[in-house]
Amino acid sequence: MKNLKIMALALTAIFTFNSCSNDDSPVNEEEVITTVIARFVGGGQIITLTSRDADGDGPNAPTVTVSGNFAISTTYTGTVQFLNELENPAEDISEEVAEEDLEHQVFYQISNSLGNFNYVDFDSEGKPLGLEFTFTTGINPGTGNITVILRHLLNKSAAGVSTGDITNAGGSTDAEVSFPVVVE
Amino acid sequence: MRYLIILFFLLWFGFSSYGQFTLSGTITNEKNQPLTGSHIHTKYLNTASNPIGEFEINGLPKGELRVYISYLGYTTCDTLVDMTEDVVLNVQLKPSETKLESVTVKQKTTKVSSSLSEQRISKASIERNSSKTLADALKEVPGVSLLRTGTTIVKPVINGLHSSRVPIFSNQVRLEDQQWGTEHAPNFDLNAAGKISVVKGASGLQYSGDAVGGMVIIESMSVKQDTLFGKTIVSGSSNGRGGTISSSIHKGNLKGWRWNALGTFTYFGDREAPDYILSNSGNRELNFSGDVSYIKENYELSAFYSLYNATIGILSASHIGNVTDLYNSINNQVPYRIDDFTYSIEQPRQAIHHHLFKFNYLQRFDESSSISTFYSLQFNNRNEFDIRRGENVNKSALDLELTTHSLQSDYKKEWERFTLKTGISGLFQNNFANPRTGVRPLIPTYVRFDGSGYGIGTYEIKEDLIVDGGIRYDFSTIEATKYYLKSRWDERGYQGDFGDIIIGEAASQWLTKPRFTFHNVSASLGVRKDFQSDWKWLNNLSLSNRNPNPSEFFSDGLHHSTGQIELGDLRLKKEESLKFSSSLSKNGKSFSMEINPFLHYISNFMYLRPIGFETTIRGAFPVWEFQQTNARLMGLDFHSTWNIHSNWQHKFSFAYVNGEDESKNQPLIDMPPMTISSSIDFKKPKWNGLLLELQSETVFRQNRYPNFNFETDIVLDGEFVPVLVDISTPPKAYQLFHFYSEMKVKTFKNLDTTIALSIQNIFNTNYRDYLNRQRFFVDEMGRNIQLQVKFNY
Repeated sequence: MKNLKIMALALTAIFTFNSCSNDDSPVNEEEVITTVIARFVGGGQIITLTSRDADGDGPNAPTVTVSGNFAISTTYTGTVQFLNELENPAEDISEEVAEEDLEHQVFYQISNSLGNFNYVDFDSEGKPLGLEFTFTTGINPGTGNITVILRHLLNKSAAGVSTGDITNAGGSTDAEVSFPVVVE
Repeated sequence: MRYLIILFFLLWFGFSSYGQFTLSGTITNEKNQPLTGSHIHTKYLNTASNPIGEFEINGLPKGELRVYISYLGYTTCDTLVDMTEDVVLNVQLKPSETKLESVTVKQKTTKVSSSLSEQRISKASIERNSSKTLADALKEVPGVSLLRTGTTIVKPVINGLHSSRVPIFSNQVRLEDQQWGTEHAPNFDLNAAGKISVVKGASGLQYSGDAVGGMVIIESMSVKQDTLFGKTIVSGSSNGRGGTISSSIHKGNLKGWRWNALGTFTYFGDREAPDYILSNSGNRELNFSGDVSYIKENYELSAFYSLYNATIGILSASHIGNVTDLYNSINNQVPYRIDDFTYSIEQPRQAIHHHLFKFNYLQRFDESSSISTFYSLQFNNRNEFDIRRGENVNKSALDLELTTHSLQSDYKKEWERFTLKTGISGLFQNNFANPRTGVRPLIPTYVRFDGSGYGIGTYEIKEDLIVDGGIRYDFSTIEATKYYLKSRWDERGYQGDFGDIIIGEAASQWLTKPRFTFHNVSASLGVRKDFQSDWKWLNNLSLSNRNPNPSEFFSDGLHHSTGQIELGDLRLKKEESLKFSSSLSKNGKSFSMEINPFLHYISNFMYLRPIGFETTIRGAFPVWEFQQTNARLMGLDFHSTWNIHSNWQHKFSFAYVNGEDESKNQPLIDMPPMTISSSIDFKKPKWNGLLLELQSETVFRQNRYPNFNFETDIVLDGEFVPVLVDISTPPKAYQLFHFYSEMKVKTFKNLDTTIALSIQNIFNTNYRDYLNRQRFFVDEMGRNIQLQVKFNY
């Protein structure tokens, strides 16, 4: 029975000296894309499309704003920026996308044949990246959606991907936003 | 290296009344041939082995028994056997001129409950699955199916239930390894198991009161004979182009020092489906376990340590973003990413360490009573690496450190007709979710205290009629430290019910300290009737309670590995289960069978149910919420063994479970489909122990499933197009054939070698399994040819 007592004592000691040091600090969300901003410059206009999701993966839907209407038969020079505004100052995720250009591609889609997108920037293997682009509106006015999709670890060699067709791209979607636009 | 062992596990359960024990076994020579007429001598009774080397001595009293086994020209075996239950003693005698000593290994039949059917995993099956997982070995038990995430993350499902409902015990210690997640496999090296039992119910009240689905009980090997021997198993597999080497050394002793040590190394590259490489499906393991014990007349001291260390690749093609990606994967039927074969493991992957330390002290007061006390410490570190970018590429997206201390004391006392087991235990657990990952953790930081006490009695009314009953009380309190997004807090409507748990604020998040306390009573009642002529009938009723686990309470956010938002609920109540199980079995010389029907009611059954969509900047995600319902499961397990001829044996097993959500009048999700397995064995001991086995495995289509399909808009050429995402329809039925063969060869004087060649999925069949979480993305693994060499020395 003496052994038993010694053991009980030893165990009490282990329990007593087990201190837990849990760090209660909040998680700094480092990776979430909260904001997508597409800027179009052309025809004497600057049009900005913004989608901002302040709670990241939380329940609130992103807020989408479009600063103006596009003009028919006009070519716009465009850039897109991805930001994490949960960090202060906001982290520019497009810089990381540009650094890892072989693993990323931005796709643009527009409904109702309102216009065409063309890639301007390319990765180190000559395949499109899509942070910069041109957008040419058609000859007919109308309304529709511009959709911007950022894919990560996609198959950039798949059929159609280098011309901006997302169908065979695969990979995982890091951002996908649609903006209601008017061409007049 | 003078020794050789043969280990045989019982497929039947020997049982007889107290004081009337049976010693049985087989006597063979060094070539494994039966020794007819060998003399087995005890101080009570003597006998001789029959023409196939078998012997049996009945009516032996309780206590230590010295047994002498002799045969002319062979060294006499002299061993001590502890007759507290029926004992099987298989002995291989050595020719006396080589001066080799004999080694015997016996296996006692210790059971969890006398009224509940308990299935043993054979040693042969443990060894065959040396390079696979614990669950793969459990699959041979009818009623056990496998919940997979890819090839290497496998969890056992018992009668339709899994994860938190099926606790796993290693040497009495409950594995605390974040077991709630479906993609969190048991952190255990199968090679370290000496024996494994599956209990299909909650009756093992000495272990836990919340094993709603059943339990898996693992004990490491313990050799009660003065000997030293070793074993090495080397397995190589064509699929995955890798293998496992596991080596162990055992020092046995009846009294004094005993120790065991075992190491396992596993290395696999990408697995292959019949038509393509399953990219990033490799895995690595480096495990160790060892124990030392010191045994005296009236006490035993032992210390045990094990380390499980694994890196597991997660299929690249299963990494998806939003619902559009999920839709594309389901509809394409071919993974979007197929790379060339590689051994390297990229993100996403899991890296897991599990340390288990245990110190045990057993005190015997007299022949019939003892008290056993242990302290155990477990440390589990789970790192999940996701596909990230920039500086975060090599940083894990989930880093959980779970530390568990437990202390337990069990007392056992046997009277002539009554056995009492009683005990108390306490547990302290601390989970730390490291915030440095830069991703909000699904499981928060928390502390948990548990306390419990139980009593179980077994009473023998007549020699062939036994009743048992038990009761257990569990107390549990858990306090988490959890940040909720304010938007989530409002969406969940927590302010009214839980406003007082907010203790701080950090930008867009509330810091909360939710705390829950539970008092649970579980009970079990059973009766066992033995009939003349090898039949027995077991009936058991068990009541158990399971508290919501941290994932069910606190999950909130995007589960990257499944592409869905999972929401826990602070309002969840504990789950209450009532299971009735009956087992009728026959144990004949040429034919054995067991039929095991069950009926199981679970109120407040917790499960994930889709409730709609949330849109984020990544696109839309389906939202799954933990809900509660009343569930009813019923089913039937059957298996039989038929010795057609001395060389031929046929085995058959069947399992069916029917799960119903009684509140919503629809089938339960993820219920295993009906399975039938059948095998034919040819054994010819004279031909170097030749064994050939052909197995057929048929898995039917699950036709009972809830329709959780949903419609969503995906963007196609800039237009929103409504599509149906079919996440519910189970895959087709499939049939697989497997082959196994082995032979024993005597390579060197003191080294016995067994060579086994096996083929899984002989016809390279394409199939998908309903219980594989990756069935949306890829086919199951194709043909695998495995060569295994086992050395005993």
